Amino acid sequence: MRYAFYPGCSMEATARDFGASTRAVLAALDVQIEEIPDWSCCGSTPAHRTNTALAVALPAFNLCKARDMGAPVMTACAACYSRLRAANHKLRSAATERERVGRILGASYDGSVPVHHLLDVLANHVGVEAIRRSVARPLAGLRVACYYGCLLSRPPEVVAFDDAEHPECMDQIVAALGASPVDWPYKTECCGAGLSITNPDVVCRLSHRILTMARQAGADCVTVACPLCQLNLDMRQADAVKRYGPLPATPVPFVTQLIGLALGLPPKELALGALMVPAGKLFSGVRA
Amino acid sequence: MNENRDSNPTVAPIVWRGPEFLREVEARSGARVSACLQCHKCSTGCPVAREADLYPSQMMRMILLGQAEELLASSGIWLCASCEACTTRCPMAIDIAGVMDALRILAVERKAQLGDAHGHHFNRAFLASVRRHGRVFEMGMMTAYKLRTRDLFSDVDKAPKLLLKGKLPLVPKRSRSARKVREIFRRADADQEGKP
Ligand code: SF4
Ligand code: SF4
Repeated sequence: MRYAFYPGCSMEATARDFGASTRAVLAALDVQIEEIPDWSCCGSTPAHRTNTALAVALPAFNLCKARDMGAPVMTACAACYSRLRAANHKLRSAATERERVGRILGASYDGSVPVHHLLDVLANHVGVEAIRRSVARPLAGLRVACYYGCLLSRPPEVVAFDDAEHPECMDQIVAALGASPVDWPYKTECCGAGLSITNPDVVCRLSHRILTMARQAGADCVTVACPLCQLNLDMRQADAVKRYGPLPATPVPFVTQLIGLALGLPPKELALGALMVPAGKLFSGVRA
Repeated sequence: MNENRDSNPTVAPIVWRGPEFLREVEARSGARVSACLQCHKCSTGCPVAREADLYPSQMMRMILLGQAEELLASSGIWLCASCEACTTRCPMAIDIAGVMDALRILAVERKAQLGDAHGHHFNRAFLASVRRHGRVFEMGMMTAYKLRTRDLFSDVDKAPKLLLKGKLPLVPKRSRSARKVREIFRRADADQEGKP
């Protein structure tokens, strides 16, 4: 399996732990990734809220580069994934859009390069069974709320590798690691995503609801596959608790960090120390 | 102008200001707002409906009524988190999240008095950073945002925490495509300005 890897800006900064653990886990599972050379930002939420042409052109610029590599694209960031897929979707459905983006890029692109999210690759290409077979240290006893957030499964015309309202793939992976995914209703509730800087109050309220529900469902931690969700639930947890009421400290590891631990990778390679709410206690029971 | 008053005095008067705004929003977003049947499903699932001044379904109704001025000055269009719950669930397959994009773009374009300017300043600061480096440089972007909003003290505790965790690089990681990216910005801006 070989993919053109699109890291996205946060993997090198606020979600460097996601970047590190993604690379470590993929290497351990024999998935080859090659970074798209000189990739640029996908424009994220600010681009589509500001200029619809830019919102398609920036992803298309990177997808053109991937086309030259002759491999399908994979990204771990849920927001990048959503923007790359949305651009492909627009380009495939409207000739006017292809023409407009062709003019802006000075190159033609028809939206045909396949784009996968890391979870899609793990659950459907590598396969849950293969992951189960690679587990060296089962995460027995760990109760996990799998939180997918908004952009991984919505809207289904654009993304679609799992059910839009009740996704399961992360739960299956977590179960394969020997942990127990909890059944809970807020898998795809929004945490406020890109409002983190502009409306932190709203983000705190939404994050608090999600964390509260995860705790009520009996989870010890909430696992995520999106750098925005992680930042909101982890970095803003202290503020959320201050404003909306006490909750036991709830670690928010990336799903790749859980996978890495179960595969027996050294915690350092997984950058576990970069989490704001420390996760060390969770794994004290997990023995090598 | 057509003025149809609702006979119920407790309900705000319903005033129709012509079809132009509806046509403009539909053309911009590619969404068929006129198909809205006011089921309010979008509002029920909207994570920010509680804080917003208008529900998404109310906004759809206002577009149909041509109430551009009130809508473009709303804070709710900026509070929308672009979470796509509404678009996913609308029984009439209206891309409501796409309509929200069109409303924000129109509000800025028509120089409306923004109901909440934070989102606009954030977008500007973020995109300026991408335009410059080809990628986002958080530290520079946040400084620019704080200067724009003159809100220097919120979240001051966050930067040191991120720094400590190695999550806030002090120098930008430029993309070697930065020049090409600037050209894309220039042409995309020209394309948007060329719109009627
Ligand atoms: S869900 Fe769709 S049809 Fe229902 S009120 Fe919202 S926009 Fe209208
Ligand atoms: S996309 Fe915006 S309007 Fe639609 S449900 Fe999400 S926050 Fe509400």
